[in-house]
Amino acid sequence: MTAATERAAPAAASGNGHDLVEVKNLKVYFPIRAGIFKTVKGTVKAVDDITFEVRRGETLGLVGESGCGKSTTGRALIRLREPTAGTVMFDGVELMSLKTGPLRRLRRRMQIIFQDPYGSLDPRMTVGSIISEPLETHNLAKGPAKRERVAELLKMVGLDPSYVNRYPHEFSGGQRQRIGVARALAVEPEFIVCDEPISALDVSIQAQVLNLLTDLRDRLGLTYLFIAHDLSVVKHISDRVAVMYLGKIVEIGPPDTIYAAPGHPYTRALLSAVPVPDPVSERRRRRVILTGDVPSPANPPSGCRFHTRCWLYEQLGKPENCRTIDPPLREIGPDQKAACHYAEDSVKSDVGVAHIDEKTVRHGTPEAALRVAHKSTAEIIGEIPEGDIDTALIPSIEDVPPTADSGSANEDTKPN
Amino acid sequence: MEEAVSLELTPDEAARITREQREDKAAKSKNLLEVKNLSTHFFTPDGVVHAVDDVTFELGYGETLGLVGESGCGKSVTALSLTRLVPNPPGRIVSGSVVFDGVDLLKLSDEGMRKLRGKEIGFIFQDPLTSLNPTLTIGYQIAESIRQHMGLSKKAAYDRVVGLLDKVGIPRARDRLGDYPHQFSGGMRQRVMIAIALSCDPKLILADEPTTALDVTIQAQILELISVLSDEFGTAVLLITHDLGIAAGMCDRVNVMYAGRIVETGGVDVIFERPRMPYAWGLLDSLPRLDDVRSDRLRTIEGLPPLLINVPDACRFNPRCAYARDECRDHEPGLTLREEPGHYARCWATDKGGWIP
Repeated sequence: MTAATERAAPAAASGNGHDLVEVKNLKVYFPIRAGIFKTVKGTVKAVDDITFEVRRGETLGLVGESGCGKSTTGRALIRLREPTAGTVMFDGVELMSLKTGPLRRLRRRMQIIFQDPYGSLDPRMTVGSIISEPLETHNLAKGPAKRERVAELLKMVGLDPSYVNRYPHEFSGGQRQRIGVARALAVEPEFIVCDEPISALDVSIQAQVLNLLTDLRDRLGLTYLFIAHDLSVVKHISDRVAVMYLGKIVEIGPPDTIYAAPGHPYTRALLSAVPVPDPVSERRRRRVILTGDVPSPANPPSGCRFHTRCWLYEQLGKPENCRTIDPPLREIGPDQKAACHYAEDSVKSDVGVAHIDEKTVRHGTPEAALRVAHKSTAEIIGEIPEGDIDTALIPSIEDVPPTADSGSANEDTKPN
Repeated sequence: MEEAVSLELTPDEAARITREQREDKAAKSKNLLEVKNLSTHFFTPDGVVHAVDDVTFELGYGETLGLVGESGCGKSVTALSLTRLVPNPPGRIVSGSVVFDGVDLLKLSDEGMRKLRGKEIGFIFQDPLTSLNPTLTIGYQIAESIRQHMGLSKKAAYDRVVGLLDKVGIPRARDRLGDYPHQFSGGMRQRVMIAIALSCDPKLILADEPTTALDVTIQAQILELISVLSDEFGTAVLLITHDLGIAAGMCDRVNVMYAGRIVETGGVDVIFERPRMPYAWGLLDSLPRLDDVRSDRLRTIEGLPPLLINVPDACRFNPRCAYARDECRDHEPGLTLREEPGHYARCWATDKGGWIP
């Protein structure tokens, strides 16, 4: 059992009473306006009646193609987007009926990290003022205490505290994303919506930010909703995974089952499309080519929304109920739910996952090299050039002792 | 292509077909493209940026060669240099030769070069929306290069366009000739780009991150299309990508680039199974992958790629390398032959007499 599943186990075992976020029948519709009077001509059903929960301490991965409603869901969860219908309970408090004051106080406990590290930081604010703004908004710290807290936050995300007077353009994409993480952490939240936090970054920088997010989660006991389109990343970081298609959750469950025995044909199609960096597996791959594009959410297909592109529907001879009855999300295995009339048939097949056989030994750094690296680690750390902050601070994140301040603050935010 | 489930090959069959294709390609030994010591520099107020530095590689007829690396490593500038499309100023090809089908492109006249681009060499770019002209119909845009390069009449050119659109899987092709790019989805626009790239039966297609802007299921469709059509037409493909998974699935050989240099080159199997350059190890290690047993931490490459101004005579990867020693800081290693034929790597540590066996 991996460390990730061990960490998640208590959360999973604790059942319904301990869900941090409970979403019921959430709908977010956008009106389509046309003509000179801007009359409503239709609605885009971006999120259409979804129900799920985020358990305390877990990382729930939300995957899907662009336009499937995953970002809208993430924003509606913290009420950055007003839902059309449905309820969101955050730690037992109904979010939708809250007035401005109480909502703002509650927002302290939930934060968001955005995808674009360039667009999400005000270019005219210094790093210090970006990070301390939420502290001021929530009256959390003033004067020297505020400066101290900002320095501590910078250290926590692996940036040099002396950077506080610099502007965002002086940083690389990965460093900017760290600033975004520090801003989110400033108010000591319990729940963070990570909206594609690494999609805009280069491969080697992605891994650095992913490690930072997992380290912080484990150290501060955070709960994440991790939105991404990359199934490999979601598998790596999530305790449970939810797959969305056209505004609906079509499958949800722990990655071990979702990736090994998916119950929804769409999940299988998605998995079959993900390239694996191994030429041997790639040659073995049997791709499920999905015909055409995702249908418009303004006019989704009747019955099951996926039936127009579904390979299983074709294979089973186009059964009528796929066209007429929208399948509900139902239990198909331990902790695994899928929205498909024929999920049992899907589970039995090996379509889409045949090329993915988990290996404990992956290609990459040879053993001989690892032994060499181990010997010289001390020497390398001693040699890190000054100013190269990413290099200098990231390996030592665990070594930064949690200060008395942050320690007690964490206890404060713990639910009673 | 257009059925719900296709390519129901057994693993054995698939392996056999790929092997046969490989042998077939190997039989045609003469190279379509030979790039020697190509250097492209950008002359900026801050100094000279060595974007592409002494790059040498070749590409056989019908072969698919991958150029992988992170942003800023020089892969796109390499492709632009091959077709002399580097913006000048500030960029300039300072040395080297590019021999395409027996002709040195760097010595060709502007007129000769214009006749080659779009005819012998097709392009597929990352973002189809900005590479297509929004004010012209797609029929016109595809027909344009056909009429220009092949001298066909308008009618004949449009007939050819319909055939191409069919080939790339655009339904009701004849009805859609008069449509504008915004009326197509991202995947469909990329199909239009592929139709343009193939329109004059090119010998080489330069595909620069052709699927980066697309969703994963659409990406699968487009990659499938590129590999099927390039096999059918015998077109060589230079595939530029940052996605190692795509390179593993599509390429016969792979060049790994870092900081303007090719740091490792070889057949796709050896590059993914026994790479001999720490940067390649780092790239493979830092990737969360589907076929991985889940773990909490990834091994990462720390630090950032270097600025390519005033590069010292040292291994360009040494500041980020966990195995670097004084040799690496004093002299830059050359690309040296490793155990398998055609496999070269640029690393002191893994070379003969190095400290990593």
